[in-house]
Amino acid sequence: MSTNKDIATEPKRKSSALNDPQVRGYIFQTLLIAFLVWFGWVIFQNTLHNMESRGITTGFDFLQNPAGFEILMSLIPYSSNDTYGRTFVVGLLNTVLVAGLGIFFATILGFIIGIARLSKNWLVAKVASVYVETLRNIPLLLQIFFWYFAVLQPLPSPRQSIDFASAVFANNRGLYVPAPIAGDGLGAVIVIFFLGIIGSIFMVKWARKRQEATGQQFPVLYASLGLIIGLPIITYFILGAPLTWEMPELKGFNFKGGVRVIPELIALLLALTTYTASFIAEIVRAGIQSVAHGQTEAAAALGIRRSVALRLIIIPQAMRVVIPPLTSQYLNLAKNSSLATAIGYPDIVSVFMGTTLNQTGQAVEIVAMTMGVYLVISLTLSFFMNWYNKSMALKER
Amino acid sequence: MKKRMSVLTGALVATAVSATAAMAGTLDDVKARGELLCGVSTGLPGFSLPDDKGNWTGLDVDTCRAIAAAVLGDAKKVKFTPLTAKERFTALQSGEIDVLSRNTTWTHTRDTSLGVNFTGVNYYDGQGFMVQKALGVKSALELDGASVCIQAGTTTELNLADYFKLNGMKFSPVVYDTSDQTVSGFASGRCDILTSDQSQLYALRSKLDDPSKAEVLPEVISKEPLGPLVRQGDDAWFNIVKWTLFAQINAEELGVTSANVDTMLKSENPNVQRLLGTSGDAGAKLGLGANWAYEAIKQVGNYGEMFDRNVGPKTPLQISRGLNALWTKGGLQYAPPLR
Repeated sequence: MSTNKDIATEPKRKSSALNDPQVRGYIFQTLLIAFLVWFGWVIFQNTLHNMESRGITTGFDFLQNPAGFEILMSLIPYSSNDTYGRTFVVGLLNTVLVAGLGIFFATILGFIIGIARLSKNWLVAKVASVYVETLRNIPLLLQIFFWYFAVLQPLPSPRQSIDFASAVFANNRGLYVPAPIAGDGLGAVIVIFFLGIIGSIFMVKWARKRQEATGQQFPVLYASLGLIIGLPIITYFILGAPLTWEMPELKGFNFKGGVRVIPELIALLLALTTYTASFIAEIVRAGIQSVAHGQTEAAAALGIRRSVALRLIIIPQAMRVVIPPLTSQYLNLAKNSSLATAIGYPDIVSVFMGTTLNQTGQAVEIVAMTMGVYLVISLTLSFFMNWYNKSMALKER
Repeated sequence: MKKRMSVLTGALVATAVSATAAMAGTLDDVKARGELLCGVSTGLPGFSLPDDKGNWTGLDVDTCRAIAAAVLGDAKKVKFTPLTAKERFTALQSGEIDVLSRNTTWTHTRDTSLGVNFTGVNYYDGQGFMVQKALGVKSALELDGASVCIQAGTTTELNLADYFKLNGMKFSPVVYDTSDQTVSGFASGRCDILTSDQSQLYALRSKLDDPSKAEVLPEVISKEPLGPLVRQGDDAWFNIVKWTLFAQINAEELGVTSANVDTMLKSENPNVQRLLGTSGDAGAKLGLGANWAYEAIKQVGNYGEMFDRNVGPKTPLQISRGLNALWTKGGLQYAPPLR
């Protein structure tokens, strides 16, 4: 009996620390981490050693060397005199551009198609179904080729461009639109535009408070439209329209002036948008259908209009189901943008992991950097979507 | 736990060591495998292209077949791996192939920093331009502002930028992954110009729906010596690949062809005797049989035969010998003496 009592009162003195599950857990975890670090180190050293013994140059010095090749499209000033490091930035920005635009348009199109699939109008619902079932079941690479080789390349040559009001031109070299040139006072218009946005935010908060206090509604939508769009337009004309347009003109082989959108970007964007939108549509449909029908009926019983019920009751609840899979689709889109290399859009894979890798031959460094880029893009996207998800999640009181 | 770790460590060290060991003796590997692993292009008429039965033909292909004949005694014992311009060096570095024979330009950077060695030149080339005839361009100096289709990962990209910069002209490059995509971009009018090595331009032009609508401009803007390459650090294998091509060039100079090689075995000419192994020990010095060059010439032919069969005037490419004629005929093909 006495021994039993000892164990019960002073268990730590009797058993060794090694038998404590928590201590043991720490020991094994430390060992595992140490092993992984050592394993990574061995691989790293082994690679370095083998490359050196075969006379392959290693290190990141090449980033300072002049690149010597041109790039089709760049968001920052770039010429062949710039360094390989700059080609990395050019490729990175092009990837971020197409991924960002793709996510933006795919979300809008996806929501429209998803809601259309639930429409009571038979034709609208069927058209949306056919869209989803066709586009999500064809490989993305084929869709990119389709847009690029079958739709955009057969457009006429620059000299026979399709011309919209002599301002916008479409040909097999791209889409040319007039470029805006800022005059004096345009800054003021932009400042007023942003002031309008800030003012609207405060107005929405004020209107909500007033409604909670008095039950009176305020026409928030029209008032904020007036603030954000109306006010800048009035300022713009008061200041004497300080914005001129540079028209694209045919000179030599190609158009000069204006803003040019290259067909590679258009094809890639169309393919990524329509493909990802078909998945987003299904996610949106599932989200809306996951909200119990009783919620709609309850809203109707309270006399809430259908559009208001959709905005205030259905969609907020649907979003909780929609956001997590939507994040996956955004990540897929960002990674799928690497298929750009198939049609020559100068994204990071085409420029940096393609040409730069070939000119320098430093595959290990370049592939590691490129993988790092996609990892950072994906983790950033995940981070923002998780944050948004948390702010939309059910708050239990 | 500890025991398992030490086993793992052992295994790791063993792989590291064996990986290094495998690099040393490419000749032994090829003999043991009974097959030569040769990296070629994904499809370039005249240089490496599979026919409708899957047999590879072309100048680069024959270069590999000659090596297989010299080493294994059978020109058919080659496994061809099609590689894009981007993949080629990695495939050679990683040991996926024994020799890369893929119209690859010999440059300083490639020779010094990629861990590879160029073994010689099997085709002297230069970069040129192909334009749509409808543009009415007669010289490369009229190309300011043009869109240019290029294949990714080639020296062409750099030469092009240099040439336009030197002449104060601007261009916008459209870079594709394979030569098929490049041609399709040019054919559809996405670009005004397609630029590549001159030999390839003729080959690519023959792939167009209507080859007569395109023309190759006279300017040659760069030196492009193309040749096979091997991994650095295996000198015995380097010598074999190098001297197989030299043997074929020497054979042409000595008048030894695949048709007359058997009668040439009785030749009194000491140069021919050394080449065909009836005297001397040229083969043994390379670690090969005495009949190494005989097999290569018998089964593949001398350099001139190889050239005429694949790219010469009687082929669709219709390329004249030009720079690739023997030095005795005003060209650059010159092999060190076999003695």
